[in-house]
Amino acid sequence: MTDSVPDAVDARVAASAPPLGRPPARFAGLRRRAVQFFTMPTGFFGAAILVIVIGTALFAPLIVSPADLDVTKVSGPSLNPPLAGYPLGTDQAGRSVLDLVIWGTRSSLVVGLIATALTVVVGTTIGLVAGHYGGWISRLLMQVTDWFIALPGLPLAISLAAVLGQGNASIIIAIAVTSWTGTARLVRAQTLAVSARPFVERAKALGAGDGQVMRRQILPSVVPIVLVTSTLKIADSILSAATLTFLGLGNPMDVSWGSILNSALGQGALTAGAWWYLIPPGVAILIVVLGFTLCGRALETIINPRTETAR
Amino acid sequence: MAALRNDDAALTAGTDPVPAVRRRRRIGWGYFGRRALMSLESFLVTLVIGFIVFSLVPSDPAQSLARAQSVTPEQMADLRAQLGLDQSIVVRFFHFLRNVLTGNFGYSWEYRQSVGSLIGSAIGPTLLLMGTATLISVALGLWLGVRAGWKPGSKFDRFWTGTAVTLWSVPTFWLGMMLLVVFSIGVGPIPSLFPAGGMSDPTVDGHGIAHILDVAHHLVLPCLTLVAVTFAQNLMIMRSSLVDELGNAYLTTARAKGLRDAEVRQRHAVPNAMLPAITVIFLQVGGLVGGAIVTETVFSWPGLGLLVYNGIKIPDLPLLEGTFVIFSGSVIVFNLIADLLYRVLDPRVQG
Repeated sequence: MTDSVPDAVDARVAASAPPLGRPPARFAGLRRRAVQFFTMPTGFFGAAILVIVIGTALFAPLIVSPADLDVTKVSGPSLNPPLAGYPLGTDQAGRSVLDLVIWGTRSSLVVGLIATALTVVVGTTIGLVAGHYGGWISRLLMQVTDWFIALPGLPLAISLAAVLGQGNASIIIAIAVTSWTGTARLVRAQTLAVSARPFVERAKALGAGDGQVMRRQILPSVVPIVLVTSTLKIADSILSAATLTFLGLGNPMDVSWGSILNSALGQGALTAGAWWYLIPPGVAILIVVLGFTLCGRALETIINPRTETAR
Repeated sequence: MAALRNDDAALTAGTDPVPAVRRRRRIGWGYFGRRALMSLESFLVTLVIGFIVFSLVPSDPAQSLARAQSVTPEQMADLRAQLGLDQSIVVRFFHFLRNVLTGNFGYSWEYRQSVGSLIGSAIGPTLLLMGTATLISVALGLWLGVRAGWKPGSKFDRFWTGTAVTLWSVPTFWLGMMLLVVFSIGVGPIPSLFPAGGMSDPTVDGHGIAHILDVAHHLVLPCLTLVAVTFAQNLMIMRSSLVDELGNAYLTTARAKGLRDAEVRQRHAVPNAMLPAITVIFLQVGGLVGGAIVTETVFSWPGLGLLVYNGIKIPDLPLLEGTFVIFSGSVIVFNLIADLLYRVLDPRVQG
């Protein structure tokens, strides 16, 4: 886990303190990579966007009170364009669109992050097992992966979420089931490459079991590349979650960007031409997706062995 | 909408190991048979996955169906027998298999009519929308891709690559809603130019030229939405595939023969670059299905996607099951076509 961004930032802070001797080699490498990340325009702007968005999600309860979101307690005009006190206008019930979008950050981010985590765990496990054991286990698992790749993603996700019932848990499961295949293939390929290295053979010779080889020897070498791809996957997951929520599969009591657009479609904001109600949640989705994509691209450049040798 | 598209499928298109044995340049019936069998197997597995998904229902569907009215235990048992819920899971699977193979998907709970007839009347509009959007998106994507890829790094290349990638990351449903508000409802000085939804206007004569023009008028916005989010893929594929050809000696030869730049491009570079592009385009149908569902929802286009959306609320399981089978079946068929096309077009991949 030594290559994750927070660690890298810590390492930079740690390494900038006057060292007693030479800093250990691994921290020097981390610092070099962190500097590289933040000096890249993609890395810098991506990280800046994410800091703002995550800050908004964390501090949302200080900005918006539950009463601002309760349709029975708000007093604003119904479906009004931006006016004093309501910088982004109001929805049908008279709630401030700005409040809704700020509060929606929480649910949208959390669902995207958990769905990605589940996707990555499932994909990594399957890829690791397939790559390590080989033989019929690998063939079977890769065959299953191919079958899932051939399935149309959205119809399967809709069916699954509809069967499991409205709610965030259903959406998370539906996203994980439809998007683990990429990670599984990547991890399998990486596992095969790592397994050929001498240190894995050494561990086996010393009597390490399959479980220990997978966890202690192979997994640490697979984690960096998995983390990079999962940064890009978060963007996909947030988009998928917004789409499924928009189609009415989310928790009806929850405020998220997808659910704001769902009620815009269902409750006549669309036919009333309420552009102020539509633009903010869509732009919010775009910004978050952009932030994760930029960070992912920057990490990819750093970790890509081809750019490594070019330096 | 970048997610939930079959990106993985697109990525694996060109990476099949090239068989060492070379044969005549056509697909043998043996290969065709084997590939068709593989597709059939894939379809059967899809049915199994679909069956498992629809058996996951945590609550008793008969109960949720009867939630509205108060029913006696006998009526309940009757309903369960009607839905086939009183049988073992294996029996239910074979029932399901037989029903799918005979095109009988049961009765929709939402519409109170057979799912087969619902799908039958919705498939035309969906084909019209997806077909038109695909044609435009492929033509536009290839045309822009050729021009962008011929001079990579040029202003034209940077502008169109940037535009396409930006549009690609826009959520499809949001783009559709924005287009609807701007061009159908009208914002500020922009008047209402296009109808807000549906496929035809009931006040317009249902036959002849007037009807065709009316449907075309309704088709503009949904089609624009789908094209905007999908042409990026075609553009990028065509572009990168043309860029790969740029350094090749045969282009220098063509130039040395004195051909004009446009001739070198159209007659020599493009035909070679087309190969990978065409097959990958066929593999995208899975992604397009997702786009069609949300686009039809936003514009109330009376196709399969709108059926899916209307089936979500109850949820109408027979309807969702039927549309799922149709969508997966069509994706498998298009993957098969892509694979066969690749064999026919590319003499290097035979075997």
